[in-house]
Amino acid sequence: MSSAPARGGVTSGGVTTESVIHDIGFRHYDGPRLGRGWAFRSLLIETLRGCYGLGRPSKVKAMPWVLTGLIIAPALIIVAITVVTGGTTLPLSYTQYAGGMWLLIAMFVAGRAPYAISRDLRDGVMPLYLSRPILRRDYVLAKFCGVALGVFLYITAPIVVLLVGALLAKFPVWHELWAALGGVAMAAVLALLLTALSMLLASITLRKGLGVAAIMTTLVLASGFANIAVAILGLKFSEGSAAYAAMLDPFALVDGLGASWLGVAPLNAGVKPDGLTGGLVFSFVFVAIVAASLALLMRRFKKVGGV
Amino acid sequence: MAVRHFVAYGEDVSIISTHALTRTFGPVVAVSNLTVELPTGVVGLVGANGAGKSTLIKILLGLIPPTSGTASILGFDCLTDGLKIREVVGYMPESDCLPLDVSATEFLVHMARMSGLPSHVARERAADTLRHVGLYEERYRPIGGYSTGMKQRVKLAQALVHDPQLVFLDEPTNGLDPAGRDEMLGLIARISGDFGISVVVTSHLLGELERIADHLVVIEAGVLSRSTSTADATQLSGAMLVEVTDRADDVVARLRRKGANVAIGSRAGTFAVELTDEAVPQWIVAVVADLKVGLIRLQRRRHHLSEIFESEAVTSQEEAAHV
Repeated sequence: MSSAPARGGVTSGGVTTESVIHDIGFRHYDGPRLGRGWAFRSLLIETLRGCYGLGRPSKVKAMPWVLTGLIIAPALIIVAITVVTGGTTLPLSYTQYAGGMWLLIAMFVAGRAPYAISRDLRDGVMPLYLSRPILRRDYVLAKFCGVALGVFLYITAPIVVLLVGALLAKFPVWHELWAALGGVAMAAVLALLLTALSMLLASITLRKGLGVAAIMTTLVLASGFANIAVAILGLKFSEGSAAYAAMLDPFALVDGLGASWLGVAPLNAGVKPDGLTGGLVFSFVFVAIVAASLALLMRRFKKVGGV
Repeated sequence: MAVRHFVAYGEDVSIISTHALTRTFGPVVAVSNLTVELPTGVVGLVGANGAGKSTLIKILLGLIPPTSGTASILGFDCLTDGLKIREVVGYMPESDCLPLDVSATEFLVHMARMSGLPSHVARERAADTLRHVGLYEERYRPIGGYSTGMKQRVKLAQALVHDPQLVFLDEPTNGLDPAGRDEMLGLIARISGDFGISVVVTSHLLGELERIADHLVVIEAGVLSRSTSTADATQLSGAMLVEVTDRADDVVARLRRKGANVAIGSRAGTFAVELTDEAVPQWIVAVVADLKVGLIRLQRRRHHLSEIFESEAVTSQEEAAHV
């Protein structure tokens, strides 16, 4: 730190004046203060960084990056096989990939949502945020968007790998781009849905470990129930009617939405909603779950921070 | 380098003003009909736990609306200008409030951005502020491994990082050992003196605020008990510490005859005379000269404010009991 005095030294035209200030004292700031929007953005980015352990100790980084490696690895293998064997289609489509990797995605979101919320609740950081130029709902919304963006990137990363592979294999460019865009859109919908549910669960369970367990249990059970219900109801009623049971599982719900609005083949053929009505019902349930979760999340944070 | 033009510290410059401020939580009255003007400099806010100090701070930060009455801070209305207020005011809560798995630097940069500073300014000021509160190499390590004293410094730093015009420090010496307490009080004095940032500091210990505060506000059960500048409070109270070579008993006897209130010290030849009258020092000198004894010491001793307030509290309780 031998350069410390130079920092306070006044230079003009490359000539250092004789007086050197060694202790510059407390400096005041007269520049712009960027206000609420900037604070919101800053909190969103910080939450997103937290999702991947950036700026955190390595033990926090480990889990998200191992999971990221695990979800990208199959995509790489698919791409390698397709390119080498000269296949004409991807064995797993852009829109089906997330559903196929649902357990990894569930593990990611189950770890990240509690990390974003429980830590602040447990360490009592809320009063510090409230003393900043933001509103209480800004905090909740910024945290939500940060986690949602983190989950979205997690689901989208392998889709991008698949797309690159498809282009390397010389598949028709516009067709592939359009199909991948469908995958990205479904990734966004899935990220919103999973984030809403898991943030709510995380906000109720104060301890991080408990939150992780609660989210994993919910997602695994939902998936199991939905599969069994679809199968059983499919025996008694038409396939379209039985598909409504798929709404129990977030992954199947999004699979159904894709089948309904994008016309893509669902991973599980049983979850295709029944015509326009089915599509509307699926959409309504999706919006209702996200809205209700956000509303409950806001309510949960109403009293936090001792105010 | 930007230089802020310091406002002269004094009673006529008020930075916070409240009028008939009241806040109730259901049946509980946290702040009751509080009308007070607080000047720049260091203002000590004294009161027992639950006296309404924290509620007052939250109203002033614009976080909770008052039930009735008005409050303004730096010319902003606390009811409507909360966002503006929180841009230029810092707050150090009493409770633990630091995330444990990020470094102090990382956290300070984030908090500076949250206050609206652009990223490059946030980074610069985070490093500067941590240096000012006395955190050096350890600022790159996660906060979880810090001592209580270091955590208090980080809490203080996050309240200062955005260069506020005023900071609220809620019980900043809580949980510190005597040495840490002294360092923290020294830092607070510097915030006002060297940094030119006004300070409102709360404590349930009057003795420590007396050392650094320019102005003291005492709240009891949500009601303003007194609001005085420290100079006023010590002016007509205090005592003269006297040491004479011999015949101390005679000197004391004569002074008592004049109506002075004298306390005998433990060392031979020393006693203290309460300054009940401006003429007391002259009495002492006259008596000593008259008796032809040597005067070793004639020293004004500042009466501890805590004693003043304690005696007043006792009197007011007695009065209340009699009514």
